Amino acid sequence: MEFNQSTIHELQEKIKNGSVTASQITESVFSRIDAVEERVHSYIRLMKENALAAAKKADEDIKKGDIKPLTGIPIALKDILCTKGITTTCGSHILHNFVPPYNATVVEKLTAAGAVFVGKANMDEFAMGSSTETSWFGPTRNPWDLERIPGGSSGGSATAVAADECIASIGSDTGGSIRQPAALCGVVGLKPTYGRVSRFGLIAFASSLDQIGPFTKDVEDCAIMMNVLAGYDPKESTSVNAEVPDYRQFVGRDIKGWKIGIPKEYFIEGIDPEITAAIQQAIKVIELCGGVCVDISLPHTQYCVAVYYIIAPAEASSNLARYDGVRYGFRAADVRELLEMYKESRRQGFGAEVKRRIMIGTYALSAGYYDAYYKKASQVRALIKKDFDEAFKKCDVILTPTTPTPAFKIGEKTDDPLQMYLSDVFTISTNLAGIPGISVPCGYSTSGLPIGVQFLASHFEEGKLIQIASAYEKNAKIEKRRPAL
Amino acid sequence: MDFETVIGLEVHAQMLTDTKIFCSCSTKFGGTPNSHTCPVCLGMPGVLPVLNKKVVEYAMKMALATNCEINKSCEFARKNYFYPDLPKGYQISQYAYPIAEHGYVLLDVNGEQKKIGITRIHMEEDAGKLIHDEHNPVSYVDLNRTGVPLIEIVSEPDMRSPEEAADYLKRLHEILVYLEICDGNMEEGSFRCDANVSIRPRGQKEFGTRTELKNMNSFRNVQRALEYEIKRQQYLVENGGTVVQETRLWDDAQGATNSMRSKEEAHDYRYFPDPDLVPILVDDAWVEKIKADLPELPLAKRERFVNEYQIPAYDAGVLTADKTLALYYEEVVKLCGKPKVASNWLMGDVMRFLNEDKRSIRECPIKTESLAEMIKLIDEGAISGKMAKEVVEDMYKTGKSPQDIIKEKGLVQITDEGELIKTITSIIEANQAQAAEYRSGKEKVFGFFVGQVMKATKGKANPQLVNELLKKMLAG
Ligand SMILES: [Zn+2]
Repeated sequence: MEFNQSTIHELQEKIKNGSVTASQITESVFSRIDAVEERVHSYIRLMKENALAAAKKADEDIKKGDIKPLTGIPIALKDILCTKGITTTCGSHILHNFVPPYNATVVEKLTAAGAVFVGKANMDEFAMGSSTETSWFGPTRNPWDLERIPGGSSGGSATAVAADECIASIGSDTGGSIRQPAALCGVVGLKPTYGRVSRFGLIAFASSLDQIGPFTKDVEDCAIMMNVLAGYDPKESTSVNAEVPDYRQFVGRDIKGWKIGIPKEYFIEGIDPEITAAIQQAIKVIELCGGVCVDISLPHTQYCVAVYYIIAPAEASSNLARYDGVRYGFRAADVRELLEMYKESRRQGFGAEVKRRIMIGTYALSAGYYDAYYKKASQVRALIKKDFDEAFKKCDVILTPTTPTPAFKIGEKTDDPLQMYLSDVFTISTNLAGIPGISVPCGYSTSGLPIGVQFLASHFEEGKLIQIASAYEKNAKIEKRRPAL
Repeated sequence: MDFETVIGLEVHAQMLTDTKIFCSCSTKFGGTPNSHTCPVCLGMPGVLPVLNKKVVEYAMKMALATNCEINKSCEFARKNYFYPDLPKGYQISQYAYPIAEHGYVLLDVNGEQKKIGITRIHMEEDAGKLIHDEHNPVSYVDLNRTGVPLIEIVSEPDMRSPEEAADYLKRLHEILVYLEICDGNMEEGSFRCDANVSIRPRGQKEFGTRTELKNMNSFRNVQRALEYEIKRQQYLVENGGTVVQETRLWDDAQGATNSMRSKEEAHDYRYFPDPDLVPILVDDAWVEKIKADLPELPLAKRERFVNEYQIPAYDAGVLTADKTLALYYEEVVKLCGKPKVASNWLMGDVMRFLNEDKRSIRECPIKTESLAEMIKLIDEGAISGKMAKEVVEDMYKTGKSPQDIIKEKGLVQITDEGELIKTITSIIEANQAQAAEYRSGKEKVFGFFVGQVMKATKGKANPQLVNELLKKMLAG
């Protein structure tokens, strides 16, 4: 097997016993990139020189016996994470030339853990989208079917892992942007509890919903990544100073006697029958593992999409006000006065979906509409959170489909924003409630497209997610396929 | 028609913290443009604010000093608008839930106490500054001031004249400076004021349409702008016009207010709670701790001066208007034990010297020990009041002690009775005619003898002693 196809824990073993060098791993990743990147387009920017230098440095450390959790492991970073001295675009024309003078906290943490950065992964512009089609740098394609979307907004991070163009990657999840592409690309994706992983240096879309998390090839790798990513950051006021367990200890533990909540609101009409079948199969596996399924209700589920599409655009309309052409990024040429500069820089700098959301958000916060929209949405959001609090009194983990359908065709939903928004219908509630969620591969459609099952747990219970996902992964024995590229 | 004026003020005070409100950049005034900045206050992508707790404590101090209720929970909100001096496209401020509300400040209006209500106090960050090129159509942005902490103190529309407004402003200014949370410098913008003003026929309950006045950067200008605006509104109403709700800018040179933007053009700031910051929770223990640290406030000090030092309310007012002056005064009193005399010297000669040189008491060359010593020397009769006038001026000019000055100038008063008796005896002998006149009842001649003695002693004779001796000796 090629090194680039391996997991972190497999490579760690090999690094320790000297059967592979960090340079060999990085080289295998870049030769894979040379072979498939043109078709998949996982990356906005490759960092080959930096990566090879970092790998060389890792090899020196390894020789000295200094092996850290991610020493020599090639990682892709969603281009929403600020990287010091390296252009960070957020998939947008307006930031096409922005070079941050600072690193995101997670970039610092990954660096300290010995990671080798492969490049900056493609994404929907400002993480606004579910298909990676809104990127100013062009769409990313699903490695399982190049005519289809990989999901989004962290599409590039998902495909880079799925197509073995890296070992693991980092994405961000505001309404499903890690879990949905993970499901559609057949990899593991975790959105941690709000406040668990620092947002400092993550370019904000919707501050109260954004959270950074990993894409990995299996659940154990997810635990390894979480050990590096999680933790309090004094640079972020909403970061929570709670103890971080060793997530790896949850791998391989059984779930005998666990109560698994099956929310009736998530098994509705309109779900692709192949998804329903795969999820029913997953429930059976969980029961075989000793899990006891209980019917639960999350009564405010039907309002999630509406609430999300008020709160997220409202925050975004304010978060994106700083892109005005004054200090950095794109500034329209040939303008004569201030207002024109603002208007033209933003008109030419932002794509259609970003503008749509800025307008929705601006409207929702406007005088006379605030109470009916933003305030009401915040109140319903509190009810959605309460739904989960109540549900977790009755069960340990909630099981749902990650997506209502497998990957759809490129261009299929670009003209119908509402249909696009509904592809996040099962993932949005998690962000509104601030709880963690994981998507794990649970099979393939008849046409060979991956399907994901989602597990949700209460705040700061990522350990439970690792435990059930790992138990499921071990017992489901999903056939390990690789996309034919 | 007889009109009543209604005025409410919004004061912005810069907090005297070392670092900015949401990052660790310096708050120092001036500095090379954009040298006191970092990714956070520059509003770069992905950065996050972390609240400087000192700002909350300073705001709490002001809240307590102005009798406000401190809210147990308050939050920051985003005020959204575009301007090049506002790097994030929004200002972090407080809106629905400010740190404190429902306070008041007491004014002395025609000898009676008047309460001016304080609606709210909230915390916010300052914006940057634009510098426009005078010769080219280019503007530069300096973001040193961006993120400097401010509190905004909003009054009720309780003031009824420009004088009351100016008085209220002075009281607020005094409290802020006393608390050492604001340097009060109006020229550098550490203390800024906007005014809402309207008029209504006396007796009418409803408020008239108000205008908002901006750009008044001194107490005097606030008063002038208000006076102008009231006259303008009266003229309008009396001539069949109506006041339009709008923002007007004070033009100092022109001595007038000019329309800046109308209500229709007013911004919709789209306030909403800042999701990057968590609510601030204030418990009783925290409030008590701040309360315990509060210094004596101007009003309390004024009352204490009147009671403890038995000085007139006017003196107490002057001496407590500046905390350093009050401290200076108290030290002098402690050293010399003569409160009224100390107040006279301080408010008279010393303040006159300082005013002439446009100096503050902080820059006064006379040490408190020196002034106290001089007062003691007068009391002991070592120097006369007249000599003291000369001494204090020298003390101010040189910073020397009164003893040194007296010695150098040979100013020591002759209080030796024997020596004076000799002098007086010879003067009476030389002026027998005048002595006889005095004895025959012409008391006016007494002054002549005093003058002669002073002339003979070059003014060094203790005048009291001269009087006593002369009376005795002339009587024969
Ligand atoms: Zn700063």
